[in-house]
Amino acid sequence: MADIGADTIATVAEDVPKTVDLRAEYVDSGVAEVLEELDRELIGLRPVKQRIKETAALLLVERARRRMGLAHETPTLHMSFSGNPGTGKTTVALRMADLLHRLGYIRKGHLVSVTRDDLVGQYIGHTAPKTKEILKKAMGGVLFIDEAYYLHRQENERDYGQEAIEILLQVMENQREDLVVILAGYSDRMDKFFASNPGFRSRIAHHIDFPDYSPEELLQIAEIMLSKQNYHFDDEGRRIMADYIEQRRRQPHFANARSIRNALDRARLRQANRLFENSSGAIDADTLSRITVDDIKGSRVFAQPRVEEEQSS
Amino acid sequence: MRITQGTFSFLPDLTDEQIARQAQYCIDNGWAVSLEFTDDPHPRNTYWEMWGHPMFDNPDAAALLMELKECRKVYGHCYIRLVAFDNSHGWESVKLSFIVNRPAEEPGFQLSRQEAPGRVIRYTTRAYAADKPAGQRYG
Repeated sequence: MADIGADTIATVAEDVPKTVDLRAEYVDSGVAEVLEELDRELIGLRPVKQRIKETAALLLVERARRRMGLAHETPTLHMSFSGNPGTGKTTVALRMADLLHRLGYIRKGHLVSVTRDDLVGQYIGHTAPKTKEILKKAMGGVLFIDEAYYLHRQENERDYGQEAIEILLQVMENQREDLVVILAGYSDRMDKFFASNPGFRSRIAHHIDFPDYSPEELLQIAEIMLSKQNYHFDDEGRRIMADYIEQRRRQPHFANARSIRNALDRARLRQANRLFENSSGAIDADTLSRITVDDIKGSRVFAQPRVEEEQSS
Repeated sequence: MRITQGTFSFLPDLTDEQIARQAQYCIDNGWAVSLEFTDDPHPRNTYWEMWGHPMFDNPDAAALLMELKECRKVYGHCYIRLVAFDNSHGWESVKLSFIVNRPAEEPGFQLSRQEAPGRVIRYTTRAYAADKPAGQRYG
């Protein structure tokens, strides 16, 4: 059984190896595979990938040390992911769970994604069982708390969020080998959250910042999203999409890849409408999967005056 | 007298690590594990009190261990058993159950004989612990 690997090996004394081949370990454990997948499937995010590689290296060495009996403590693996919406925090968390599982730091490798609603109760005495229930579900895997700062409400000191925080902190400290907690949220609010909850800051070893995507990266993402659904841009369509991204980025509530996905969903809607209204006779597969200028041009982004964006840029 | 009920009852008490491994086996089989406790050790007492809910959707045994620790804090002086329930159609019953906690001192049972007409004798077992009201047994 894979899930008892690392611990058992560490405890069996006569099994201590004399040397260790890190390169072979890297390949055998499947870490290489995960990192390559990460590189291939996620556009951009260079600093994030770099940090994950570093973390993976650290964990690999730590595991080798454990096998040789040089280290006994489980390293602190709790992390915080901060970055703007739509920068791939949840996706990376999933990969992280996989990585930790392959390295044997967590036994199951599943990801339980929660927000404040799932942890905090509605009346006195409701919070602790609720939080514990979630924690139990996440045991052996990764607990991903999205928008973690909502747990702490500064303006209301009797808010039940505090209770959830206390239980979380306790489990994060005492059951490090059972559970890895990843907190995620927007950078500035995460900073404030950590400032008002020093307990969290000291228990989290890895802080990873997710940068915004560049326009080129967003266009690449758009093309990948479309190709996954068997759609594609024509040349003119690609150009207008680049233009769209350029303008959409300057507008409020821009959520990186998520905005792109929504824009593409609407483009598909308009494409369907266009085909339906203009169709006369048979149409081929290529027409059915082509996104053209008109489909994107219809967006409200282009309807707004361009003057405004020139001012802000 | 050490009472023997359920699986593993003739083995020495399981360590927490062994309990975790057994619980993980149950979970991997798709059985819902839960904890029950009692202070009435009579073998025919099958209805023990439940501790919390059955854990239908926890993939890892660490969750059970966490509950067991909590349960021991409150009912460490009672018997606690792990129950693995198989909810698949046709079974819908307990597949495995074993004791994970027992009182420090187990006074055992009294065997009383009742002489009935003729040469018939009726036997009854009574736990000495049951002399005291529920909740006050086992110190």
